[in-house]
Order: sequence, then structure tokens, then C-alpha cells
Amino acid sequence: MSLRSTRLAAAILATLLGASSLAGCGDAGSDGPTLTVYSGRNEGLVKPLLDKAEKAIGAKVNVRYGDTAALAGQISEEGDSSPADVFFSQDAGALGALSTAGRLDKLPQGVLDTAAEQWKAADGTWVATSLRTRVVVYDPQQVTEAELPKGIDDLLDPKWKGKVGFAPSNASWQAFVTAIRVLRGEDGAKTWLEKFKANEPQKFENNIKIRDAVDEGKLPLGLMNHYYWFEKAHQVGIDKMRAKLHYIKGDDPGSLVNAAGVGVLKSSKHKDLANKFAEFLMSAESQQYFADKTAEYPVRAGITTTEHKLVPLNELQPPNLKLADLQSLPKTAELLRQVGLL
Amino acid sequence: MSTTRANGAPRAAGWLLAALPAVVVAVLPLIYLVLRATDQGWDVFWSIAVRSRTVELTVNTVGLLLAVAVSAVALGTAAAWAVTRTALPLRRVWTVLLVLPLAVPSYVAGFAWLSLDVVGFPGAWLALTTTNLPLVLLPVAAALRSADPALEEVSRSLGHGPWRTFAKVTLPRIWPSAVAGGLLVSLYVLHDFGAVSLLRYETFTLGIQTAYAGSFDRTPAAVIGVVLVVLAILLALAEARMRGTTASRLGPGVARQAEPLRLRRASAPVLLGLAAIVAVSLGAPLGALVKWLGVGRTAFDGAALAATTATTVQFAALGALATVVLAIPVGFLAARHSSKPVRAVELAAYAGHALPGITVALALVYFGVRFAQPWYQKTPLLVLGYAALFLPIAISSVRTAVASAPAGVEDVARSLGRGRARVFGTVTLPLAAPGIAAGAALVFITCAKELPATLLLRPTGADTLATALWTKTGISAFAEAAPYAALLVAVSAVPAILLEVSVFRSGRRPEEAVLDSATRGAQS
Repeated sequence: MSLRSTRLAAAILATLLGASSLAGCGDAGSDGPTLTVYSGRNEGLVKPLLDKAEKAIGAKVNVRYGDTAALAGQISEEGDSSPADVFFSQDAGALGALSTAGRLDKLPQGVLDTAAEQWKAADGTWVATSLRTRVVVYDPQQVTEAELPKGIDDLLDPKWKGKVGFAPSNASWQAFVTAIRVLRGEDGAKTWLEKFKANEPQKFENNIKIRDAVDEGKLPLGLMNHYYWFEKAHQVGIDKMRAKLHYIKGDDPGSLVNAAGVGVLKSSKHKDLANKFAEFLMSAESQQYFADKTAEYPVRAGITTTEHKLVPLNELQPPNLKLADLQSLPKTAELLRQVGLL
Repeated sequence: MSTTRANGAPRAAGWLLAALPAVVVAVLPLIYLVLRATDQGWDVFWSIAVRSRTVELTVNTVGLLLAVAVSAVALGTAAAWAVTRTALPLRRVWTVLLVLPLAVPSYVAGFAWLSLDVVGFPGAWLALTTTNLPLVLLPVAAALRSADPALEEVSRSLGHGPWRTFAKVTLPRIWPSAVAGGLLVSLYVLHDFGAVSLLRYETFTLGIQTAYAGSFDRTPAAVIGVVLVVLAILLALAEARMRGTTASRLGPGVARQAEPLRLRRASAPVLLGLAAIVAVSLGAPLGALVKWLGVGRTAFDGAALAATTATTVQFAALGALATVVLAIPVGFLAARHSSKPVRAVELAAYAGHALPGITVALALVYFGVRFAQPWYQKTPLLVLGYAALFLPIAISSVRTAVASAPAGVEDVARSLGRGRARVFGTVTLPLAAPGIAAGAALVFITCAKELPATLLLRPTGADTLATALWTKTGISAFAEAAPYAALLVAVSAVPAILLEVSVFRSGRRPEEAVLDSATRGAQS
């Protein structure tokens, strides 16, 4: 063995040691309390807002992004030693499930008062931060207006075989399935899902991918939330959008209005900060962000926007159910697994 | 001179104790995965395991695995023959170009094909065939080089043409290498998460991720994980059995290279074929990369890229350090002592070779939540994951390094009165240091490229190059993802280049260890 290779070996080992000790510093480098937020909302959509939270609450905010259902499951599995202080959910069902399991604390009255009765938990353990509706996104070059589904049962028609896109792990899709279960019972929901599966729908990782696939003409029709379309339209210009939105009307699960929302964990060691964070999400500034940037319906009264031309909330015709009805999320996942869609 | 001591069992006792931590780290994920999958009882386990969904995932996975393995074996063997046995112009250049796709992590190839709109089965098939083809090409080329050309010359002299000679004489002798390569490719397809998740083709790994991400209850993900692990272990055992069964020269004599075949009229189609392979496996991904780099030039975020690189370096350095420290006793034992317990320890420590990254990560999340709270969502748990996955790389490096240090020198040192521990510290370790350091460097690079385990185990808020690429590609931000992909290719190119140099400059058989190590990261 030559001297040179020994030196090289020493150099490699020294570099590794140096880099590792650096890593050690990185872990312990923070001072003061840190608020840990589990966010089921997409990083691309809410990061600019959450970046401002640090200043608003006066502490470092660490955000763990993931899928809503997975993060709710994680909090449930972590038990009382969960590192999470706040759960920022894409879906009221996941918040309801955690609340039922006794994992959420009552929010301060001031925070709860920001939202109308139907947009918060009866026991005050969570509150909606913004609202969204399910929509059908379609490519007008492949689908005429006359062909569009009037209700979700039309999607089972053989003419849609292989032409419908959905996001199986997405919490909003699962909330939609929960709505079917609530409105039609377990058997009715199972029948619909089995027929839906037999029609060979296309699976997507998330709503953004569904929107882009339809907009690029690769997918005729997709099931998603409304704001993904408006967000892109705002970026590229409405006239550049190939994809169009279709709103299902009447007492049909396809027109479900769901909420993103926030809850504070009972096990949180930073409750004051966590409550401040919830307060921050309900503040006029954040609510304006949801209206302007993510194109959702704000929950706080008196927030308007000129950025997007949404169908007004009171013109939507959602099915007759409450957000609290969506809390049986774990059962929905079990049904989806039975049918083989998850 | 033998470097193994058959009667080493009593002396090995201390070393076996030192090797125990490595064994614990290696088998821990397997144990916790099974525990978590069955913690609601075996009834629940079986009711999930035998669902139609599992059948669907099996069909998808096996279909992709067969398609990739068959095409990689066919193309890899043909290309190996062309670069070793023909009088092709620029053979060395062709060889380098054909081996380089090894430096393209599967998810970077996935990113490229996705941005070119090739998704689903065709995309996954292309991404995995092109990145894994060198795994067949390398051992087959080595077998072709080391095979005695005399048999083929006899066949030709007896009137068989070149094609017949290839089919009847050459092929049977390189077949074991090709099959071993094909099985390794199959194992990597089974493990792959990056390419199939980006290209939306539902194999087991993506099925596990969907079940995990989309479900309040985590048992189903663990159950599917166990099913995948069973398949992976079977395949890994088959691969280990096939490895090293290359037919060698029949008798003594001077080794020599075969006379290169002049292709004449066949030159054009052969060259065209090689060019097509290179264009698809190297040209397409690099082309896509360059295109998106150009698109994203204006919005380039250098600070974020630097921060992500620093995080990646830190995690990978810790991973390499921990893995090598754990591997040293195992590698030393394997090189110096041969007994049943030693072989058992080595086999157990190799568990990571069979376990897909996503299952190791799942198991460690369960383990962390219940039993290692202070480490949960912190760097140590991620480092533990890296160690469990990449111990095999480090162990084989240590073993090779120690085995090549003559045991006689240790005997001399001992006969001069030094104790065993001091002999190890002052003689064995310095002699083996360069090989161990090379192993550490390989583990470092493999950790830096790792995707599925990093995604699940990383501390809150931390991003590595691989996770950043995956997240950005996941929302179709191709231009933003491109710089990360480029850096990853650059990082991964290091072992591929080292490998190419060591195998083809010296003309010797690729050492299993090097092949293993350099290719291990391809399965992200």
C-alpha cells in the first residue's frame, strides 16, 4: 500500500468526521421554543403563509408536510408523546376523527367566534380555516357540456371507462367518499365504489396532477377541489386554461363543500403558541391569503377578493350534511381498501 | 497463504460480541415490521394480505420486473458482446457511455421520462431498464473477457460460423453471469420507489406509500410491506445463489484475450443498436435535464440548493460513519474467521440487501414512536435506517480490505509480544484503512441518493437533494427540480466512473463488492 492511498483514506475519514460533527451542531442549534405543525395542506399552497406565522406568534415554526390522513394517523399512533402541537388539516373529517379520539383541545373562544356555527366542531376542538367545493374538471376538447355528469352516478356510465382521474390518498377525495357513505349508507357507498373501480379510473398522486393532466389534454375528466383550477388560471391567465370546471348541483355527494381546518393537540407542550397559531390562521391577514392566493372561500366574515371569480358560496348547492358527519374517516379508508381503491 | 483461520472460533468470541450491534441494527426493521403488521392479530393480517388489492400489486410488480429483467438481460448481453468481442471503433468510449447510466438514479430517469410525458408502465419500464442495464453488462463483459477464447476458436475451426459459435459455445458460458445480473436487476425493480411513484405505475412500493399516505390506520401499509419483504428475500436468496457461478477457464495456461471479431457489413447495425441504447438511456434523461435547467435558469434559487446540499452531506456523512463503525467487526470476522456463528452473523447483517428502503423506513417509524421517542423524527433514526440498509456495502468493503492485508503480519506482531487488540489497532486497521475508507465513501454517496427511507425518517423541515427533487417533481415543477437532479447525477457519477475504471482498465472481473456497492443506490 502506498503512502498516498493511506493519506487519501485519512482525508476521507476526516471529511466524514468533520461533516458529521457539523450535523450535530445543526440539531441543537435552535434557541427558544419551537412550534411543530403537521400540515396536510400542500407545501406549495400554504408555505408563504406559514412562513409569516413565525413573526406573528413570536417563535420558530417547524412544519411537517404530508398527506392529511397519514398525518392524522401519525398523531393517533404517536399518542401523548406526539411532537406535533398543531394539526392543519386539508379535511374536516380528519380533524373530526382526532377530536372523537380525544386528541384535540378546545380552542380559545376568540378563535371559535371568527367562524359561523356550521364551520366548527360542536365541542370547539377544531375550526374551519377556509372552505372548498368538490368539482369536476374536464377538457372541453374531449367532453361536450351536454355529456357532463349531472351527478356522481353518471360517472359509472361505460362511456367514461378509463377516462376519469382521482387521487386515492387525497383527504378531500376520501371526504367525498365519506359523504357518499353518510348519504347512501355503507352498502350504497360500496356499490358505487365497486362500479367506479370497474370503470377503470386513473389514479393520480394529488389534485395538482389531475388538473395538469386535464389541462394538457391527457385526461378527459377529473374529480378534485375547485381552487386548484383558479390558482393555475391566476398564474397563466384564464384564457390560457384549456381545462374547465363543472359544478354538480342538488343533493349529490359530488357537490360536497368541505373545509380545511385547524386543531390544537391536547398533548402539546406549547399550548399558548399553538393557540396563537390558530388565531393567526383566522386573522384577517391569513383569511385574505386564502381568498387571494389559494382561491378558497374565507371563513371570517367580510373578506372579499378581486383576484378570482369564484362561484359565490351561497350559489353552490351542497348536499345536506354537516362537516361533523365527515369524521368517520377511518371507516372510509377501510371501505376503500375492501373495494381495492386504496 | 491462507488468510482465514478455520480454527478461529474461540478467538472469535470477542469479535462476535462486537459484531452484535450491527446484527441488531440490520434485523430490527424486519422484526418491527412484522410486529406492527400483526399487532391487531393474525386474522387482520391475513384479511389484508390476501385481498384482491395485494393480487393486483403482485401482478403489476411481477409484470414490470419480468419486462425489465428480460430486456436488460437481452440488451446488456448483446452490448457486452459488442464491446468486448468485436473490432468496433471506439470500443472504450462505447463502454463508458453504456456504463454511465448507472450514475442516473432511477427517480432522475423517472423525472426525465415524466417531463417527456412517458408515464405508467412504458415510463417505468424505460426508466428501470436503462438505469439497470449496466448491472447485466458489467458481469457479462467481465465473463466474456475472462473466458478462454480457445473453445470458441475450436468451434470456428470446426466450421461453425460466428453466430452459431456465439449461441452454442459463448452463450452457455456467460449465461450464469447474465442470469445473476438479471436477478440483481429484478431485486432493484422490486425495491424501486422513486421511478414508479413519479411515473404512476402501482407496484408494491407505491402501493405501500399510498396505503400509508391515505389511511388513518397504518396496519395495512405494514401488511403489504411484509408481503413485499417476503418476495424480496426470496429474490435476494436466488440472486446470492447465482452470484459467482460464472464458468471459468477449463485448464491451466496463459490467459489471453479473444481475437476481436471483424464485423464488416454487420458494423452498421451493431453501431446503430449501441447508439440507440445510449440515446435512450443517457441521451433522453440528460436531454430533459438540460432542457429544464435552461427553462429554470431565471428562477434559480441558489440558497435553497446550497442549504439542501449541506443537509444531504450531513445526513450522508453521519450515515457513512455509523455504518462503517458497525461494519468493521463483522467485516473483520468474515475475513479472518470462518465458522457457523460467523457466517450466521454475516448473513443477518446482510438483511438490508433484501429489504426495500420503504419497508425499513416504515418499521423504524413504528419502532421510533413506541420505543425510541427521543430519536423520533430526529437525525439518529434516519442514520439508523441508512445503517440497516447499507451495512452490506460497508461489510463487503471491510471484508475485502482486511482479507487483502496479510494475516502473517499480524502473526509476526503477536509473536513479538503485542496483544490482540493492539495488533488490530496498530497493524490490521492501518493496512485495511484505504479499503475501509473507500467503502465509507461509497456508503456516503449511496446515503446521499437514498429516497424512500429519507422521505419517511427525515427530521421535520429537513430536505435532502433526493426528497427535494421528488417533492418538486410531484407538483410538476420540473424546472425547479432540474438543478437537484443535475447535482444528484454528478454525485452518483463518482462510483460509476470508479467502477468503470477499475473493471475495464485492469481487465479483471468486477469484484462483487464493488459492483454491489456502486449499484446499490440504483434502487432508490
